[in-house]
Amino acid sequence: MVELVAKSPCGGRLPVEHGASRLSEVAMTRLTSLQPKQGQEKALSQALKSAHGMVFPAPNRATGKEGARAIWIGKGQAMLVGPEPDAGLAAHAAMTDQSDAWAMVRLEGAAAENVLARLVPVDLRQTVFKRGHSVRTMLQHMSVSITRISDEAFFILAFRSMAGTLVHDLETAMKGVAARR
Amino acid sequence: MRIKCPLCGERDRREFYYVGDAVLLERPDPEAGDHAWDTYLHLRDNPAGVTRDLWYHEAGCAAWVVVTRNTVTHEVLKTELAEKRRRKLVEGAS
Amino acid sequence: MRIAGKGLVDHGTPVRFSFDGRQLEGFQGDTLASALLANDVKLVARSFKYHRPRGIMGAGSEESSALVTIGSGATQDPNVRATVQEIYDGLAAHSQNCWPSLNYDLLSVNDLFAPFLGAGFYYKTFMWPKVFWEKLYEPVIRRSAGIGALSGKANAEYYEKAFAFCDLLVIGAGPAGLMAALTAGRAGADVILCDEDSLLGGRLNGETFEVGGMAGSDWAAETVRELESLPNVRVMPRTSVTGAYDQGTYGALERVSHHVAAREGRPLECFWRIVAKRAVLAAGAIERPVAFPNNDRPGIMTASAVRTYLNRYGVAPGQRVTIFANNDDAHRTARDLVDAGVHVAAVIDSRAEAPEGAGYEVIKGAEVCGSEGRKGLEAVSYRRADGSVDKVQTDCLAMSGGWNPTVHLTCHMNGRPNWHGGIHSFVPVPGAIPGLEAVGACNGAFSTHRAFVEGAEAALRALGDLGVKAKKSVVPESEDSPYRIEPLWAVAGKGRAWLDFQNDVTVKDVQGAAQENFRSVEHMKRYTTQGMAPDQGKNSNVAALAVLADATGRGIEETGTTTFRPPFVPVAIAAFGAGGQGTGFAPQRHTTSHAESVRRGAPMIEAGLWYRPSYFPATGERTWRQSCDREVNMVRGTVGVCDVSTLGKIDIQGKDAGQFLDFVYANTFSTLKPGKVRYGLMLREDGFVMDDGTTARIAEDHFVMTTTTAAAGQVMRHLEYVHQCLCPDLDVAMISVTEQWAQFAVAGPKSRDLLNGIVAEEIDNESFPFMGCGPATIGGVAGRLFRISFSGEHAYEIAVPARYGESLFKLLLERAEAMGGGAYGMEALNVLRIEKGFITHAEIHGRVTADDIGMGRLVSAKKDCIGKTMSERPGLSGEEREQLVGLMPVGVVKQITAGAHLFEPGAEPVRSNAQGYVTSVCFSPTLETSLGLAFLRNGRARHGEEITMVDHLRGVTTRCKVCDPVFLDPEGGRVRG
Repeated sequence: MVELVAKSPCGGRLPVEHGASRLSEVAMTRLTSLQPKQGQEKALSQALKSAHGMVFPAPNRATGKEGARAIWIGKGQAMLVGPEPDAGLAAHAAMTDQSDAWAMVRLEGAAAENVLARLVPVDLRQTVFKRGHSVRTMLQHMSVSITRISDEAFFILAFRSMAGTLVHDLETAMKGVAARR
Repeated sequence: MRIKCPLCGERDRREFYYVGDAVLLERPDPEAGDHAWDTYLHLRDNPAGVTRDLWYHEAGCAAWVVVTRNTVTHEVLKTELAEKRRRKLVEGAS
Repeated sequence: MRIAGKGLVDHGTPVRFSFDGRQLEGFQGDTLASALLANDVKLVARSFKYHRPRGIMGAGSEESSALVTIGSGATQDPNVRATVQEIYDGLAAHSQNCWPSLNYDLLSVNDLFAPFLGAGFYYKTFMWPKVFWEKLYEPVIRRSAGIGALSGKANAEYYEKAFAFCDLLVIGAGPAGLMAALTAGRAGADVILCDEDSLLGGRLNGETFEVGGMAGSDWAAETVRELESLPNVRVMPRTSVTGAYDQGTYGALERVSHHVAAREGRPLECFWRIVAKRAVLAAGAIERPVAFPNNDRPGIMTASAVRTYLNRYGVAPGQRVTIFANNDDAHRTARDLVDAGVHVAAVIDSRAEAPEGAGYEVIKGAEVCGSEGRKGLEAVSYRRADGSVDKVQTDCLAMSGGWNPTVHLTCHMNGRPNWHGGIHSFVPVPGAIPGLEAVGACNGAFSTHRAFVEGAEAALRALGDLGVKAKKSVVPESEDSPYRIEPLWAVAGKGRAWLDFQNDVTVKDVQGAAQENFRSVEHMKRYTTQGMAPDQGKNSNVAALAVLADATGRGIEETGTTTFRPPFVPVAIAAFGAGGQGTGFAPQRHTTSHAESVRRGAPMIEAGLWYRPSYFPATGERTWRQSCDREVNMVRGTVGVCDVSTLGKIDIQGKDAGQFLDFVYANTFSTLKPGKVRYGLMLREDGFVMDDGTTARIAEDHFVMTTTTAAAGQVMRHLEYVHQCLCPDLDVAMISVTEQWAQFAVAGPKSRDLLNGIVAEEIDNESFPFMGCGPATIGGVAGRLFRISFSGEHAYEIAVPARYGESLFKLLLERAEAMGGGAYGMEALNVLRIEKGFITHAEIHGRVTADDIGMGRLVSAKKDCIGKTMSERPGLSGEEREQLVGLMPVGVVKQITAGAHLFEPGAEPVRSNAQGYVTSVCFSPTLETSLGLAFLRNGRARHGEEITMVDHLRGVTTRCKVCDPVFLDPEGGRVRG
């Protein structure tokens, strides 16, 4: 009888806290990519709504709430975060299991915006990037998805293999921001 | 330099991968002959002025984008999803 | 000399610093320049070329003379402008470009040879004999060139980068900039206000006139306080906007902690990339010197700098100050000095109609025509309109040739400023930077009142463009004196008259350029080096143009100006590249087996961004070859395990997926049955090979494609291109699943035995024939199993969700080791595939066709695909092409080297005789010989022939036999085992 042991992407590197920002790993959960089949965009959105309570997100947006979110992650792609996807969705979308593909971290605190301003070439200030807003962009040199999940908290997805670099880059910026004033 | 991705909005150039002339969307018929294929693949204008190129929003949403811009002023005049433009071309041809 | 109680420095907080080891004291708020002047230190530097004694010329970032080195060791920072460096306790500054000391500089002998060292000297002198150039001239010139020096040690300082966004960027916080920021800030717009200085206010801090009934500096302080209280305004002191770029992007250098002793984790500098919808340039103006003989002595400064030292820092740069001017503004210097009790020797004004003095003598229609004093000014001589020459004893000359608007940023996108005859200077062309408007002094509006008005108006216009409603600001009362000037560029006379103090360019050099027919400004600049380097012509540009215009008999407007390029102030490469030091250089991609491989002592090598184990050293092994040979034998004899997760894996779904794959692959995939895997070859549209890999059909409308590690990103981009740009109507969806799966090759005759011990499903030739695939369960975890082989052995690749990767890797190794097998790394993987003649990107390097690698028949004749039409071009196949072959040594020399070229035996090994080249080599422990994969002209028809391999670089010549590239088991019996 063999047994495999699961290990999370950031495994043991987190949480860390520097000044007014805190970085923690989000517990591994079910991630499913949803790509609507041709002409099935509306039907998918409806199916998603009835099965999981949120519509298919528009570009740069996330729908749903903590525990069951759909995040727009690219052209014709959303990531269902949390629930086991309803089997009925398969009629309208190509789905892949992405649960192990991404490192998931939460950056929060009053300084979180300033930390991301050191790494991300997109305007993430509260006035323009509100709760439920999401971007697919770069964090330092990495491709990431960033969603604002509360006034002072961001949910960040990066490639699992780059988890070490993700933590390194974020922590460097966190320290730099914390050292100011 | 900043380019407006039709999906993501205006983004820094560093998020994009540049390819070249958007003529790449106009792939000739396999039987179109050497001249058409040579022109399609290798012959490029190098205008001081308006060009239409193909960019890939690689660090963003993975959309291919046709960018109309001016090589002299660096002004970005128009951006359009390549997919949309390709469909127009196909419709125009039929 | 400090004037008690005067200035904006904190007289209650003394600060101790050193200059060239001498302990000195200044006050909080001093710059190094003001503190040196307060201590009567006048000799601060040696000039670039002639090593002339130099003092402090100005009071801002444009300083051309007082360049010093701060600190020592790895953090030593050369060419720091003393006028920008704030002092702090323990600051250690050093003079540079002098030896053995600032006072006794041996190379000042250059000054004596000055008649021979003019512009063009190098070009003309160090020509012959030719052999001297590399051996003698260049080393000597290189040693004497430059000013300050780096330590040569790695810079351990922490630099930061940051991005910012705003509605309105205001560049400069003088009266115009403050007014613009205030107007926009009060209206609620997002404003960023940048200023180079630590204290905001610009000239308001250096002048004595009132604004709105209070001291100008108080008004500035009050305004800054209001701006800082607004949540929508970001005030950034010590921040120079260094460049204007496309679409409202600006670069800005924030000097975060150059002014403190203890950084406490803060970066030294932060380089900002600011995106602004609109910008107001309120960069002010720079006072220009006048070129008169020996105008570079310590103690000769600009008139406004003297005022700044007096009014802001409470320092009198001299005890007997003379003013030399061609405009009214400089007379303020005399008035302020007299008011502060400093003796003004005279005001020498070149204009016959100069205003009268109040408490000082004005000598009208006269020009300063010489100076005395080796290491500090002692006297100046002047010539009256009637030609008579007189001398005045003085230790400080405050000169003013008028003001040059700081137009630099407006030129960064190729704009050329316009000549303004009324102020005898260049002014910005409106619209030169889209969205940016220049206001105040940098726009040629020199009165404080005009600066306020233009600043307010520009902000309103910008807000209007952005649809932000704003109230018109009330402009405070302030001076509105007219700018009266008569041009004066150079004073005739014996001796050198400096134009560009930083590059040691004199009037004579510019005239010489004209004489040599370098009449274009661009040519003159390059011939003389005027306006190059950090200075970028800030001080010298207009005067040099005027001299050139005069020498060539043209007007200044006609002569034109060189352009100003970014950065506006010098920026350390470390700041531009901030975040990229050390591990920040590139992301590191680690497989799930990384930690275990490292623990086993495997040296990790980079494969793109990935790290992969090179080999796994066993006890007693001393070289990589020993480990590699053992690992190869292990795979051929028992079983080996290798992490192959780095290969790109792309999930392709949709009802048109098969049709799509037929179009992107040269061969056919729509006919592949579910549960099967097929090798695929991908071409570029020009007919050459792009990549290869296997693709499995998981279900009718579901494929998983693998790519090479190196080309994973490129292939994904290509697939999206083909889909979006060529066939958007195909119903197909692609997404990378590279990161989702940890995948391991299990290869060798015992691979099936190993897997049957851990996989729930029964594996045999029925359920998993060669090139079969299907689900596999390991310890209850749903995985995938593929029977594919890159080693030529009976082999599988097993994939599990990445979270279980490390655990599965350890399990596979434990089982493999129990069977006499183990882990193998990249070296062994490479040997295994070369023995089998399998290609990698060493072979498909972008210049080979399907036919070249013997896969011409893979290009299906029944369908169109990317690259098909062009691959059929004459010349892309046939006997003229270099084709993939195997090489084995047959002579005494057994070495085959990658990159070596192939020649007919006996042919001279020169390029024109080359028959091909070697791409991959290894020592095969299986066949006990060196092997090579190579491309050889008409190679497929030449198996059995002998060829000579010549490696010119390593000096190796080897006789080789040409053979089939599949060295081992050509029938493929092992793989089907």
